[in-house]
Amino acid sequence: MAIKLPIYMDYHATTPADPRVVEAMMPYFTEHFGNAASRNHPFGWEAEEAVDKARKQVADLIGANAKEIVFTSGATESDNLAIKGVAEMYREKGNHIITAVTEHKAVIDTCKRLEKGGYRVTYLPVQKDGLIDLDELRAAITDKTILITIMTANNEIGVIQPITRIGVIAKERGVLFHTDAVQAAGKVPFNVNDLKVDMASISAHKMYGPKGVGALYVRRRNPRVLLAAIIDGGGHERGMRSGTLNVTGIVGFGKAAELCMQEMASESERLRKLRDRLNERLHKGLDEIYINGSMEHRLPHNLNISFAYVEGESLLMGINEVAVSSGSACTSASLEPSYVLKALGAGDDLAHSSIRFGLGRFSTEEEVDYVAEKLTQVVTRLREMSPLYELAKEGVDLSTMQWEVH
Amino acid sequence: MAYSSKVIDHYENPRNVGSLPKDDPNVGTGLVGAPECGDVMKLQVKINPGTGVIDDAKFKTFGCGSAIASSSLATEWLKGKTVDEALAIKNTDIVTELSLPPVKIHCSVLAEDAIKAAISDYRKKHQSTTTSKSAEEKAQPSA
Ligand SMILES: Cc1ncc(COP(=O)(O)O)c(C=O)c1O
Ligand code: FES
Repeated sequence: MAIKLPIYMDYHATTPADPRVVEAMMPYFTEHFGNAASRNHPFGWEAEEAVDKARKQVADLIGANAKEIVFTSGATESDNLAIKGVAEMYREKGNHIITAVTEHKAVIDTCKRLEKGGYRVTYLPVQKDGLIDLDELRAAITDKTILITIMTANNEIGVIQPITRIGVIAKERGVLFHTDAVQAAGKVPFNVNDLKVDMASISAHKMYGPKGVGALYVRRRNPRVLLAAIIDGGGHERGMRSGTLNVTGIVGFGKAAELCMQEMASESERLRKLRDRLNERLHKGLDEIYINGSMEHRLPHNLNISFAYVEGESLLMGINEVAVSSGSACTSASLEPSYVLKALGAGDDLAHSSIRFGLGRFSTEEEVDYVAEKLTQVVTRLREMSPLYELAKEGVDLSTMQWEVH
Repeated sequence: MAYSSKVIDHYENPRNVGSLPKDDPNVGTGLVGAPECGDVMKLQVKINPGTGVIDDAKFKTFGCGSAIASSSLATEWLKGKTVDEALAIKNTDIVTELSLPPVKIHCSVLAEDAIKAAISDYRKKHQSTTTSKSAEEKAQPSA
């Protein structure tokens, strides 16, 4: 069977909507177009009913109560709402927030903005495997700490943090705990009660739903989390997020959540096998390739590898019929290489040599084999023209060389 | 990022990839850039000491496609040039030839730096003997 190009292997960036999701959404564009807030006629009631159903589907996926779901425009907004909402609401209690250096920009930059407004933020480092050190977390908590925000799974290296244990620590110390669960929800078991999280951000387009819709889970009991709204208006979503609900998007989100729940077990097993196959084939064809982040605590569909002595952008150019992403970004072009990989302490040169593979629902074994073979060829070719590879083969230790850094 | 067809051509069919013996007194080696910046270029020239003409040029590059193309193009241009002609190559010439976008200009700067570094290495080896000026003058009649 001829393979269809280009191949999409960047499922952490986004996912295609599942055809079943699109089908569920269709009637809500035309026939059932009502505003879910219209209380006086069937158009509004139908829309509201559809939203209620979706709210239940999304809640079920993460073990929440439907009343604890606040729909947003996506996880960027959910992260902002959780962090800024807590910061403002609990200002009297304290002004300290704890997060980690490998968080998504939606969390990091939100924290940075709060710092300008007088909040104090601790950015926990990560260990070589990408995990935070729980002792460092414990040590960072003060009586001024109001929030811990640590992501469940990382979008670059797929590393899964010890969420339950963080949840326990937060509870013991009476600090609220938010997690960006965008990459984990729908892919691996994620239950807000088992994990003891108080808030969780999720996004539809990362789980085969439409773009532009997400949710924030906000715990109602034990403790009841209060949030200051960041968008004011008609008081939708129990005042936490005003704005006419994106009914079609929400319906699609609900359907996507339902499908993920049904298919998670078999899908994650299938993807784990494919991911391991990709990893094995690459290791068979090439030496000096390094996996970034823990292989044990990791999403089953993620692989992030550094191909030593080869620069990522040139590597992507050689596999231009394969959609993946690289942690490389030439510093001379004033773009920083991946801050996540830098945080692992592997050295910037390996960050420049990295490729992130994200497998997903529509990935096939043929695609994996094609990508592994193509990459092996391209890396081999680029190494032949790499001065670093040549030096290394001559036995020169690159880290001790004097480079003229510009 | 969309690459120009010339960048793609050099990336796919790089000219003059390889190495010259760096201890050869007639070979000048330039190694510029740094791994942690994501770009390292090695460019070598073999110069005829009698004529001051570059007989051969080779490169190896760790860097983006534009860096590879810039160094590949540079080696192509260097062959047959005198040392002074080689020093007159400007990064902007490379930018124009390869249609590099603004964010890729420094890749061409790196290639210019590599040329200068290679020639200066050669000159260091020949410090006591000839300057490039006299080498060029000597080159005139035989050219
Ligand atoms: C971990 C993580 N958090 C947040 C986001 C932002 O989600 P959205 O695109 O829904 O705003 C993403 C997606 O890029 C992500 O990977
Ligand atoms: S070498 Fe920096 S982008 Fe080309």
